[in-house]
Amino acid sequence: MRITVTVDGTKYSDEVEPRTLLVHHLRERLGKVGTVVGCDTSNCGACTVHLDGHSVKSCSVLAVQADGCEITTIEGLAREGKLHPVQQAFHDNHALQCGFCTPGMIMQSIDLLADNPDPDEKAVREGLEGNLCRCTGYQNIVRAVRDAAHHMRPGAGPEAERMSSQESASHVGIGGE
Amino acid sequence: MTATIEPEVGKSRRRKEDERLITGRTRWTDNLTLPGMLHLAVLRSPHAHAKIVSVDTSAAKDQAGVVAVYTATDLDPASEVGMPCAWPITPDMKSPRRPMLAATQVNFAGEGVAVVAARTAAEAHDALEYIDVEYEELPVVLGLETALAEDATLVHEELGTNTSAVWVFDSGEAGTGASFAETAGDAEVTLTRRFRQQRLVPAFMEPRACVVDPTGTQLTMWSSTQIPHILKTMAALTLGLPEHKVRVIAPDVGGGFGGKIAVLPEETMALVVAQKLGKPVKWNETRSESLLTAHHGRDQIQDITITAKRDGTVLGLKADLKADMGAYLGLVGPGVPILGAFMFNAIYKFPAYHFACTNVFTNTTLTDAYRGAGRPEATFAIERIMDELAAELGMDPLELREKNWIKHEEFPFTTVCGLTYDSGNYEAATEKAKQLFDYDGLRREQAERRASGDPIQLGIGISTFTEMCGLAPSRVLGSLDYGAGGWEHAAIRVLPTGKVEVVTGASAHGQGHETAWSQIVADQLGVPFEDIEILHGDTQSSHKGMDTYGSRSLVVGGIAVVKAAEKVIAKAKTVAAHLMECAEDDLEFTGGSFGVKGTDKATSIQDIAFAVFSSHNLPDGFEPTLDSEATFDPENFSFPHGTHLCAAEVDTETGRITLRSYVCVDDVGVAVNPLIVEGQVHGGLAQGIAQALFEEAVFDESGTLTTGTFADYLLPSAADLPSFTTDRTETPSTTNPLGAKGVGEAGTIASTPAVVNAVVDALRHFGVTDIEMPMTPMRVWHAIQHGTKAAGDIGSEAGGGLGSIDASGGAQ
Repeated sequence: MRITVTVDGTKYSDEVEPRTLLVHHLRERLGKVGTVVGCDTSNCGACTVHLDGHSVKSCSVLAVQADGCEITTIEGLAREGKLHPVQQAFHDNHALQCGFCTPGMIMQSIDLLADNPDPDEKAVREGLEGNLCRCTGYQNIVRAVRDAAHHMRPGAGPEAERMSSQESASHVGIGGE
Repeated sequence: MTATIEPEVGKSRRRKEDERLITGRTRWTDNLTLPGMLHLAVLRSPHAHAKIVSVDTSAAKDQAGVVAVYTATDLDPASEVGMPCAWPITPDMKSPRRPMLAATQVNFAGEGVAVVAARTAAEAHDALEYIDVEYEELPVVLGLETALAEDATLVHEELGTNTSAVWVFDSGEAGTGASFAETAGDAEVTLTRRFRQQRLVPAFMEPRACVVDPTGTQLTMWSSTQIPHILKTMAALTLGLPEHKVRVIAPDVGGGFGGKIAVLPEETMALVVAQKLGKPVKWNETRSESLLTAHHGRDQIQDITITAKRDGTVLGLKADLKADMGAYLGLVGPGVPILGAFMFNAIYKFPAYHFACTNVFTNTTLTDAYRGAGRPEATFAIERIMDELAAELGMDPLELREKNWIKHEEFPFTTVCGLTYDSGNYEAATEKAKQLFDYDGLRREQAERRASGDPIQLGIGISTFTEMCGLAPSRVLGSLDYGAGGWEHAAIRVLPTGKVEVVTGASAHGQGHETAWSQIVADQLGVPFEDIEILHGDTQSSHKGMDTYGSRSLVVGGIAVVKAAEKVIAKAKTVAAHLMECAEDDLEFTGGSFGVKGTDKATSIQDIAFAVFSSHNLPDGFEPTLDSEATFDPENFSFPHGTHLCAAEVDTETGRITLRSYVCVDDVGVAVNPLIVEGQVHGGLAQGIAQALFEEAVFDESGTLTTGTFADYLLPSAADLPSFTTDRTETPSTTNPLGAKGVGEAGTIASTPAVVNAVVDALRHFGVTDIEMPMTPMRVWHAIQHGTKAAGDIGSEAGGGLGSIDASGGAQ
């Protein structure tokens, strides 16, 4: 089947097998290897992306179901060299170690903040329940999500990657203290 | 002279590694695609024990996209070579040959029988369906005591036994103390307990993968491995390849926890298949394959006896272990219980100790290192039985510990096992933890709840622990018959522009080496943090190393970096003296510059780097390089310690456990990067708490793994865990120049007994003395009802599977 998807702002038209999962289409056909596969039962959430603005586990969506849709992956978050506030908050709060779950965790966190712009600890923990991390014990991830909430426009959620330059200027850069 | 620069060591630097990881520009092995690359898929045995009567691959070979299908005989002669085991713990250790693919018999469910190479991974997996294998099933042996019974079915008939090895240590015979038997007669109290270390899965988030490219001058293998250097050597030895023709690259590696310390059948198979086909091949496991065939951890029965005086003075400890090796021996699997053998005495100074371990074969996935490897098991046993002893004596468990632990002023202290603990301050860590935890307040509340018969009872769990980090020393590893050294290597390359490349043999998989090593080098050489690049995980650039496990990276690899930096400075000093026309003794090196004492004359290391590069004006005979190499083998282990306190609420009507607070004060010596230390502790706590509450790998009676997916094997999610209160004391190690001690395993080692002690403490007045892990609501409820230990007989259905899911709501 022929499908057309817009991924991180670029339109792709391809023939796919009906059984192809979205995550495999993204990784193997489109080269979007920032989205990773961690399990085969949709439990780990490592493959989470945004499909028309909402988080999905891309291992539980067929590529053909995404026909005509707009997809944002971890690779499409940073704009013009500026990190998304959630990416920045993960860095600032040491919310990752090996980093394998991180793309999915960040994508899920953005969707969580869209639903609840100022979540308390319990809300963050429950909102991330479908994404497994084996390194961090989650504490710094929770801290990062709550920190990011203060750097995002309320309710901006998945759209917050298009943050204003003023907001981004106060919160950029990586690698420094 | 440049201004004084703030030291980097001790700063909570945010990590250099993060940028690629948070933007999705990471190099996982599975991201790699090479021209003409084929994909491998492995057909796995559904039976735990069976003869292979025949394998017919002809139909599979006709499937779309399939290029080749191989069985054990096709991979001959390589298949005759077994997978390596590097730790023959006794001269007569039984070590059955593990082939890359089973030829005549399968010994655990999941063992590989055939491999398909196809154009796509989907085609390779599709073709597995068309391989016809005829099996003749054999009786299955599961469980340590069943396997050791006199008439037990044998996993490997040819060995004539299911016992791989028996390893014994006695402090009396070793001359490190009295013998246990001697002191037992003086005891006023003797307590014996049986503890079970359930089988766990390391469960790194990135599944294992490898890619082999046979088209270059070297066979290049990318692998999601913790041990690229060891893998290179072992793969070469295993397959008879010339070692210099193999290059191993561990690119970004998504976690390990000991689970990626292995030389995999799939890795050696990929090397052979790639060579046969002359094309690059990739193998990437599914999660279900990973749970089934990546090695498991723990799985011990511990029979522990402690003897003491009525005043609480401990006289001796006896540990009798049975350890399940699974169907074969892993790379370091046989030695895992021995890593714990020297830690059962923990922080205590009793005079007598006896340890014995029997390593046993069963028809299960093999076991090997898992975070802490032997030390969590040891710490669990001693910290659990110290609580039982305190209860028996009617003492506060902290007081009992304090009575027996090594006092601050007694360091260095040689233990009953013969180890010398260089430094420690258990008093300071415990006092800080007590304050943060409000120990006395919680004890009062506990008494009130007991008195009022509150259905929610409160328990306080204590774990005061130490561990042995920094493997090497190589001579000690040699005395334990380990098949390699434990040194680590580093090299520093000062580039013409004054920027610095640092090569380390300690290949990281999430621990933040790039950041911590940069901090170390920045301080040593006085160059900016940003001007330092850390190279690791490629045997071409990092040509020597012993890799990352056992909290050894910083205390062995980090010190190698320090030693390499010292050599750079010594070379640069010679050049500086030459350029400034003074004696070397007149120079002092601070903040990246050599200054002439008593003058304002100075030259920076960057200027010297360019002078060396141009070589226009160097001392006669000076070799024009500032590069250096160092290999460090420590004289001793390091011994981080800490005090962990857990408050657990137990609903006596439902068995539900809620972790109300968790406080730990760890002493890891000097913390190079406190932010990274804190992160390591958090992650470790999660894994240790998960052993207490959630995780277990369970086999049914046919040897089928019933926890074969993440739907069944319960990794805790964010919703299952509490927030932790972590703090530190700092007692520097005296045996290395950084004063660092290691932190990677501390949280996992300490937290499991803290949680179990808390839950048992909450229920002790119901007559509960133990609850098997994972402490599911069913097991807890059963213990309350029966007032004794909740034994394993109700547990096998409860563990790991549905029973644990109930528990997941309990620990928020």
